[in-house]
Amino acid sequence: MIVRWLVVIWLALGVAGAHAVLAPNEMLDDPALEARARALSAELRCMVCQNQSIDDSDAELARDLRVLVRERIAAGDSDDEVMNYVVSRYGEFVLLRPAFTMRNALLWGMPVILLVVGGAFLILSARRRRTAAAGLSDEEARKLDAILGRSD
Amino acid sequence: MIVEIGHFALVLAFALSLVLSVAPLVGARMGDARLMGLAEPAALSILALVALSFAALTVAYVQSDFSVANVWENSHSAKPMLYKITGVWGNHEGSMLLWVLILAAFAALVALFGGNLPATLRANVLAVQGMIAAAFLLFVLASSNPFERINPPPIEGQDLNPILQDIGLAIHPPLLYLGYVGFSICFSFAVAALIEGRIDAAWARWVRPWTLAAWAALTGGIAMGSYWAYYELGWGGYWFWDPVENASFLPWLSGTALLHSAIVMEKRSALKIWTVLLAILTFSLSLLGTFLVRSGVLTSVHAFATDPTRGIFILMILIAFIGGSLALFALRASSLTAGGVFHPISREGGLVLNNLFLTTAAATVLVGTLWPLIVESVSGEKISVGAPFFNMTFGPLILPLLLAVPFGPLLAWKRGDLYAASQRLFVAFGLSLAIALATFFIVDRVSVLAALGIAVAFWLVFGALTDLALKAGIGKVSPSVALRRFIGLPRSVFGTSLAHAGLGLTTLGIVAVSALEVERMAVMHPGDAMEVAGYELRFDGMFPFEGPNFTEEQGRFTYLDRSGRERGEIVSSKRFYPARQMPTTEAGIASRGFSQLYVALGDRAPDGGIVVRAWWKPQVLFIWIGCVVMMLGGAISLLDRRLRVGAPAARRARPARPFVEPAE
Repeated sequence: MIVRWLVVIWLALGVAGAHAVLAPNEMLDDPALEARARALSAELRCMVCQNQSIDDSDAELARDLRVLVRERIAAGDSDDEVMNYVVSRYGEFVLLRPAFTMRNALLWGMPVILLVVGGAFLILSARRRRTAAAGLSDEEARKLDAILGRSD
Repeated sequence: MIVEIGHFALVLAFALSLVLSVAPLVGARMGDARLMGLAEPAALSILALVALSFAALTVAYVQSDFSVANVWENSHSAKPMLYKITGVWGNHEGSMLLWVLILAAFAALVALFGGNLPATLRANVLAVQGMIAAAFLLFVLASSNPFERINPPPIEGQDLNPILQDIGLAIHPPLLYLGYVGFSICFSFAVAALIEGRIDAAWARWVRPWTLAAWAALTGGIAMGSYWAYYELGWGGYWFWDPVENASFLPWLSGTALLHSAIVMEKRSALKIWTVLLAILTFSLSLLGTFLVRSGVLTSVHAFATDPTRGIFILMILIAFIGGSLALFALRASSLTAGGVFHPISREGGLVLNNLFLTTAAATVLVGTLWPLIVESVSGEKISVGAPFFNMTFGPLILPLLLAVPFGPLLAWKRGDLYAASQRLFVAFGLSLAIALATFFIVDRVSVLAALGIAVAFWLVFGALTDLALKAGIGKVSPSVALRRFIGLPRSVFGTSLAHAGLGLTTLGIVAVSALEVERMAVMHPGDAMEVAGYELRFDGMFPFEGPNFTEEQGRFTYLDRSGRERGEIVSSKRFYPARQMPTTEAGIASRGFSQLYVALGDRAPDGGIVVRAWWKPQVLFIWIGCVVMMLGGAISLLDRRLRVGAPAARRARPARPFVEPAE
């Protein structure tokens, strides 16, 4: 039901319909600046949408934010400055990629932690298995011989 | 009357599912064959009753019986018949009914074809299946009843959400649910094994076909959903990392891991405990997905709090089944004996590596999906986790796995030779590198990264072919012998190769579109043209069109190739559905080989022109062709003689191989 619910939620928020996302008249004249604006737009969340970037959304608020991003870029802001500016006005909610902060440590650290812990566990258990299956010690072999000899 | 019969059948099915969840379980405990014997007729009757209930709802939809609230809310008399039928599951209540129907069907399949299972195992499996059915039937009856009447009945319905009025709704949810719910069988087998405290290779041989079937269906379901989103939502995206998509992707990831660990368990009797845990986790993720989607918790924790009945109900089901099965696992897992020993460099080792990466990827997606909920409920702050996060974490996690895939099938069981496997893959490696270099130098503006991505895609495809060629002995024996050996290869070998090659094709599509896509946008008037990746797109004008339950404004385009020859027409339109007062856009798509020209209409410009966005999507079709190939691989593997019904019994007669062998 992927699409269905995506769509239902967008509709509930009144943002579906025509997807005239970025309009030509919004674009910056300088292609290099425009490319930066597009890249930043993909990282910013449309506040009234369900999981859409402002680049993909045709909501009024997304348009305002697109224009804002371009204004800042045209004013000479660096990418970080633009992002900081937007976050200072709208909060962390606009970031589609959460910041590297202590609070998000578990989120960002999860893949690494799991790979390291899982990998360590696998290596250890492989070692254990090898020692367990390494065969009999001399003494064990002698004992076994003795047992087998007696039972014969 | 028919509607009431449907409702009554559902209640009866609930009562029977209670019987099914208790009687066989007690019977298996006490060794009472009569109690265990109840399971089969009960499972079959539940299927018959739920099917009757589903049919009753379908009849109400087909007849446009608006005295049924569910039909009134989601249907319209002018709607085409196909959408009247698919509309049955195009809403919450109906889709839950479909969920239960598929669940009942799986239980009935076990009852019908489980004749060669040990009697107690079969009884326990069916009992667990009965418990799941009881929980969900109660959920449908108590909080999502599709048979509620309204009085007085309205004259006309409110119509189905226009975006759902598409052939996609006929295929996507049923396939997706076949996958979701198919994993319930693996879950039931796992829980039954834990109840019995006994598990052997025969268990794995039984679980594997169900996993395969569910996995293949889920692959198809996800791919279909992705293609549907691609052409319907209007800006050509195929994967959004939306929480709802992640909810279906999570069981796919862990299901893929389960598929591979079950192989190790069947062939080598190792990884038993892990396989049981994965079976539990996979279905738990399916349940979690259902919960996330159904409870509204995704939009916000607060949305969940405003109408908590459904959400809390599913949460209880979730806690009962996940918590219960994990508790059982903790209690009984130690009673399952560890199996065969293997060297880290071996087929088993490769499959373990596969599991490590797949479960890590699944955990990453899971944490990313739930993180906003966690943060909001702990600190009240709202944050977002979107596509940029998932692309950044999932990509690096999955890349090593993709690189390792071709080695897996070439390694021997127990102890493999990585060097020999690398030597055999030399040709595949060289070919993919050559293709990467060719793309880099011939196709312009390809970044190094994209060329490497394409190399990875071809590495997967050629690696899969290498495996087939080696197993057939091509180059070592005469062509005719090789051909005979090729034809004689087990179906599961073809299945593996196809699935791995399919993964390569999907990778190819994703890499090509991400790196080489061309986007153009302009305000166009009739007669205007714009250039898109070597094609000239000419706008011929807007034309009105009248559909059965919508009106449409069609933008017609002609596209010409470099030499100025007309290649075809593209119709991209904006629809309006009066019943819901809702507009939709229908993208215009023309396929050229495996690439597509994608045209979407935007708003009217003040000067009378219209905003047109056009994309060139190179090799985009491979994304879904790859998924279909993967699905096909699953299906062919299912046809393997070993997995066919009855085969396990014959094989069990063979003397058992000693399980513990020294690795050295």
